[in-house]
Amino acid sequence: MKLLVCLKQILDPDVPARDFQIDPAAKAARRGGANLVTNIFCENAVETALQFREAATGEVKITALCYGESSAEDCLRKAMAMTVDEACLVERDGNTNPDAAAVGRVLAAAIRRLEQDGGPFDAVLVGRESGDWGVGQTGGLLAEELGRPALGFVESLQPGNGGVTLRRQTDVGIEVAEAEPPFLVTITNNEDNVPRIPKTRDVMMSYRKPLQKLSLADLELDSEEIRTGSSIFEVEEIFIPADEVECELAEGDTLEERVDQLAKRIHEVVASIG
Amino acid sequence: MANVAVCVLGSLGYDRAAQGAAGAGRALAESVGGELHALVIGPASDDAVAALAAVADRVVIGANEALGDYQPEQALQAAQRLHAAGGGDYVAVLLSNDTYSQEIAPRLAHRLGGSSMADAAAIRADGDHLLAQRTAYGGKAISIYRLKKQPAVVWLRARGFEPAPEQASPGDVTTVDLALDPPRIRITGREVAAQEGVRLEDAPVIVSGGRGLGGPEPFQELKKLADAIGAEQGASRAACDAGWVPPNWQVGQTGKKVAPELYIAIAISGASQHLLGMGDSKVVAAINTDADAPIFKHCSFGIVEDYKQVVPLLTEKLQSLAG
Repeated sequence: MKLLVCLKQILDPDVPARDFQIDPAAKAARRGGANLVTNIFCENAVETALQFREAATGEVKITALCYGESSAEDCLRKAMAMTVDEACLVERDGNTNPDAAAVGRVLAAAIRRLEQDGGPFDAVLVGRESGDWGVGQTGGLLAEELGRPALGFVESLQPGNGGVTLRRQTDVGIEVAEAEPPFLVTITNNEDNVPRIPKTRDVMMSYRKPLQKLSLADLELDSEEIRTGSSIFEVEEIFIPADEVECELAEGDTLEERVDQLAKRIHEVVASIG
Repeated sequence: MANVAVCVLGSLGYDRAAQGAAGAGRALAESVGGELHALVIGPASDDAVAALAAVADRVVIGANEALGDYQPEQALQAAQRLHAAGGGDYVAVLLSNDTYSQEIAPRLAHRLGGSSMADAAAIRADGDHLLAQRTAYGGKAISIYRLKKQPAVVWLRARGFEPAPEQASPGDVTTVDLALDPPRIRITGREVAAQEGVRLEDAPVIVSGGRGLGGPEPFQELKKLADAIGAEQGASRAACDAGWVPPNWQVGQTGKKVAPELYIAIAISGASQHLLGMGDSKVVAAINTDADAPIFKHCSFGIVEDYKQVVPLLTEKLQSLAG
């Protein structure tokens, strides 16, 4: 079987709020001193794919794909150090903040190209959302571009009866599904798909694994058309919210008095709901 | 003529989230001078249909018994057909913030040649476009997106919107029979997590616990407090990741996006990822030992005290106030 995992490189989301700044011209976060990292749900997707390979009886080949800046090569190398077999980078060509429709179109074109050369991918895995913009539309749009069925919020893939068994998280609990390849899933995190730490030897080996680079021209895509023509949304405005609200702290000489005050406030609100 | 559609899953009924989505839809429809239509995926109870007809100008129900058992491919196909059956001239198709609606939204937008957006806390029309406001960068920023293609298919943080007002006369209800293809991904089993009461997204009052509780046992104490005020229980990511409570309790960037009337955060420091999930709550109260915890910058009232001292006493007082 063949699996493909899509990766996104983002600004480290753990930058503390006090260091977070907006670049008004770019209408995006200023990089500042922040590192670039692989989006966590994409790493969960890599881990989920690796665990599928370990559970499968036949051969499973895993490819990592990224549409990003040349710096995103680091994400792909890291995926290969986690023992993904091969990788492909589609270079972004100056489109610094492509919308989800653009990303979906580029990834779909790259997947078709890779499939021409190496046969169809049984499953495409995409992180459920990114830690930067977090719009969470790429997986669904990519499924439609590819014309493949999809399931969201999946936490594991297991070899099933002639297909693949999926487990996913919903509002009401876990759902189990059977999927016939080819299909797409968006991956969420759980305690079992925490990304593994690559072994030193595998880190070294990752530099010997094939990393293919493609341009939009290689995919016969027009970068201007991707940037504007088929764009579905753009950032109109972005700002840091004025958070400081006045919190009224319970006062009183004794704990009893303070809790009493708190209880009255809570009761007031609850009673007003009716 | 430009109308607005609210797309609801019949199996979820006309819950508070659907009411909010319809409310947002009515406000938008008025601003563009159009009608509000309700597109219902699958069988719905008579009560739910009547409630939708009371607030919408038109209700279109997509009938097929198979839709009672949610399958994403079929629900998507149904939504696409309902869009056409309702007339198709929609500036926006609004959905609620349940898991199913979330996964359908981008795919429906693609099929309709429209724009999609997730987790909008506010929407308004601007010419032919829709503007949608939401959080970005894990709650550190607010972004406003211009959705350039029609229809704008948007799932909303639905409970944050006022319920739709009832109209003078109920809307027409029509049922269309839908033929559906067999799904190539089939949900075969559901392990429904034990959850009493309503979904968190729909709860008017939520009592949440965090890392500071230190283990699963204190959630029993919080349950007594929740019961005293008719609240549902939630948790921070730290508490869910530690396995103290089920994952579907999680409120935050990667969990549920809630907007109750009252949110009580207990031993939750208030990381931006958590604030993103509950920042639209009408009133937030906090109990935390650390006066510098970020949660105190995002709450209306609170107490700087160990929850162990506060919660049992607070529960007792609330029980007696409730009489």
